[in-house]
Amino acid sequence: MNTPTAPADLSPDHAATGSVVTTTHTAAEEAILSLRGISKSFGAVAALTGIDLDVAAGEVVAIVGDNGAGKSTLVKVLSGVHAPDSGTIRFAGDEVTLPTPHASLALGIATVFQDLALCENLSVVENLFLGRELRLHRLDEVAMETRSWELLRELSAKIPTVRVPVASLSGGQRQTVAIARSLLGHPKVIILDEPTAALGVAQTAEVLNLIERLRERGLGVIMISHNMADVRAVADRVIVLRLGRNNGEYDARTVTSEQIVAAITGAADNVVARRSARTSIDPQETR
Amino acid sequence: MSATVTPTAAPADRQDERLADRSGLGGLLRGFVDRLRSGDLGVLPVVVGLAVIWTVMQSLNPIFLSSPNLVNLAMECVPVGVIALGIVCVLLVGEIDLSVGSVSGLSSAVLAVLFVDRGLPVGVAIAGAVLTGSLIGLLYAQVFLRFGVPSFVVTLAGLLSFVGIQLYVLGPQGSINIPFESPLVYFAQQAFVPDWLSYVLAVLGGVALVVTGLAHRRERTRSGLSAEAAVLVIVRGALLASALAFGAWYLNRTRGVGWMVVLFIALVLLLHYLLTRTAWGRWMFAVGGNEEAARRAGINVRGIYTSAFVLCSTLAAVGGVLAASRLAAANQSSGGGDVNLNAIAAAVIGGTSLFGGRGSAFAALLGIVVIQSISSGLTLLNLDSSFRFAVTGVVLLLAVILDSVARNSRRRTGRA
Repeated sequence: MNTPTAPADLSPDHAATGSVVTTTHTAAEEAILSLRGISKSFGAVAALTGIDLDVAAGEVVAIVGDNGAGKSTLVKVLSGVHAPDSGTIRFAGDEVTLPTPHASLALGIATVFQDLALCENLSVVENLFLGRELRLHRLDEVAMETRSWELLRELSAKIPTVRVPVASLSGGQRQTVAIARSLLGHPKVIILDEPTAALGVAQTAEVLNLIERLRERGLGVIMISHNMADVRAVADRVIVLRLGRNNGEYDARTVTSEQIVAAITGAADNVVARRSARTSIDPQETR
Repeated sequence: MSATVTPTAAPADRQDERLADRSGLGGLLRGFVDRLRSGDLGVLPVVVGLAVIWTVMQSLNPIFLSSPNLVNLAMECVPVGVIALGIVCVLLVGEIDLSVGSVSGLSSAVLAVLFVDRGLPVGVAIAGAVLTGSLIGLLYAQVFLRFGVPSFVVTLAGLLSFVGIQLYVLGPQGSINIPFESPLVYFAQQAFVPDWLSYVLAVLGGVALVVTGLAHRRERTRSGLSAEAAVLVIVRGALLASALAFGAWYLNRTRGVGWMVVLFIALVLLLHYLLTRTAWGRWMFAVGGNEEAARRAGINVRGIYTSAFVLCSTLAAVGGVLAASRLAAANQSSGGGDVNLNAIAAAVIGGTSLFGGRGSAFAALLGIVVIQSISSGLTLLNLDSSFRFAVTGVVLLLAVILDSVARNSRRRTGRA
C-alpha cells in the first residue's frame, strides 16, 4: 500500500529549482497549529530563519530536509525544549508560547522523539502510564491495563501482551507504544521524529498504517522523515527545509521524488540526480 | 502454541492468537521454565544457594540447623538486613552507597552518646541517630546532583569521613555501654513474640495473601482481564501460612521469634509495597532503567535520587541503632569490618541488579539470610573471620557474576 507510483518522466526539467517555492495551498484559517516567521539562533549559527508552518486537524504534514536543515531544532521549538528567538506560534487560533516541554504537552502538542524514551525494564502498561499513573498511593493496575488495551486496540496495534518488558518488543511495536503513550494525554497535534528510521519493511508499513489512523482520529500529524517513499505514502503536504529556511511546500499526491530531492539539496543538478542519471536505473533506487 | 484462546470469549489481555495458553498448573510451570531460560532468574539462585549452604553447614556441624542457632541467626540477620534494604533502594536507581557501614556506626555512636552520656529519653536518642542518617543521605544527594560527582566517590569519601566523626563522637574512651535493662537492649536481645501470637501472625500472613489475591482477581475479572484461578490463590496462601507456622513452631521450641525479626519483616513488606504498588516505586524503577526517559515522562528525577539516598542512609542509621542495641554497646568498631560489604552483598545476592532498574525488597531479606548463614556456619566451625571474609567475598563475586550472566541472557532473549 505504501509503494508510491513511479514518476513517469525522468527528465530533470520537472524538478523544482531550489529558489522557486511552489506553495500548493495554505490552511492558515483552518490550521490548528500555525507558525509564522520562527527564527532560532545558537550563537552565530542561525538554525531556523523565518519558518512558516501550518498543520490542520486530520492532516499529515511531512517535514523533510538534509542534515542540518533545522528539522530537529523545529521539533524542539514545537515540543518546548527550545524557545524561538522570534516569530509567533498560534495554537487553535490563540497565540501561545511554549517555554517548557510541559507547557507544550499541556496545550496538546505531543512529541515522539526518535529515541522513543521508553524504559526497557518496565512493561508496556508501566511505560504507557509512566509519569501519569492512576492513584499514586495505591496504583490502579487494573484500570491502567484496561485503558492500555483500549488504546492499543484503537490503534490496531499488534502487541500480544502488555505485561512484558518493552525490551522484548520489536522496533515497530516500540514505536507503537511510544505513539500510544503520547495519545494518552489527548493531544491535538502529534510530532513524530523519524518514526520509521530504524524499522524494517513490515514494521515501517505498520507504523505508516498507524499514522493514517492518527489522521482518521482527527489529529494534526507532523512527521519528520528522510524517507521519500514513506513521506509520499502517508503525507498530505511535504514541507522542505534547507539551511534553516522554508524551501518549498508540495502536495504529496502530485510531487515527485526528484522535486523533493531538488528542494532538499537546493539544485536540480545535485548528487542524487547525477548518480541516478549515471546508473540510469529506476529512480526509486535513489531514495 | 498448542492451545490458543478463542478470541470471542477471551479476556481483553488474552485475545492475541500468538499468545500461548499459560493457564492452569502446567502453564504456570511452562511459564516458569521460559523465564529461567531467558535469564529472568528471580529468587531461584538464592533459594538453591541457601539450600546448598544449609546442607553443607548442617553436615559439617549438626548444631547449625538446631532451633537455638536458628533463633540466633534470625536475630543476627536484622541489623545488616535493614541496612541492605536501603542498599536495594540506591541500587534500583543505578547508584551505590559504599558508606552504609560507617553511617550505621556513626548512628550507633550518636545513639549511645545521646542515650547514655546525655541521659536523653530513648525515643529522642533513636530519633537523633536516625535523623543523622537522613541528613547524611541528603548531603550525598546534594553533592551527587549539584556537582555530578559519581555516587561511589561521594560515598567513598563519606565512608572515611563518617568513621572519623564516629571516633570523635565516641570521645577518648572509644566505647559506650548501653545498660542491659534499657528498652533498647531488651528489644534487641530479650523481646520474643509469645508462641500463640507467632502462630496468629503466621496465619494472618496467609490470610492476607489470599484476601488481597482474591480481591485483585475479582477486580481483574470485572474489568474483563484474565485472572489467576482462585484455587491457586488459596493454595499459595495456605502454603505461606503453613511455612510461616512451621518456622515459628521450630523457633518456638527454644526462645522463639524475636520482635526485632518481626520489625525487619514488617520493614521488608512496607518497602515491597512502596516499590511495587505506588507511583514512587514505579519511578524508582524508571529512573534506574532509563533516566532520560523518566525525565521526559515528567518524573521528578532529582527527587527520586534524593529519596533513594536519604532512604538508604536512614535505613543504615536504623540498622546502626539495632546493631548497638543488640551488642549493648557502641564502640569504635561499630559498623566497621564487613558490615558494609555484607549489606551490599546481601542486596546483590538477593537478586538486585548492580546495573539499576531490577530488584525487590525481598532481595535484602533473602540475601542477608544467605550471608548470615555462611557467617554463622563458619563461626560454628571455629573458623575465624579471615575465612568468613574470604568466603563471603567469593559468594558476592558469584552473585555478581550470576547477575551479569543473567543480564546478558535477558538481553539476548529480549527481556531487558
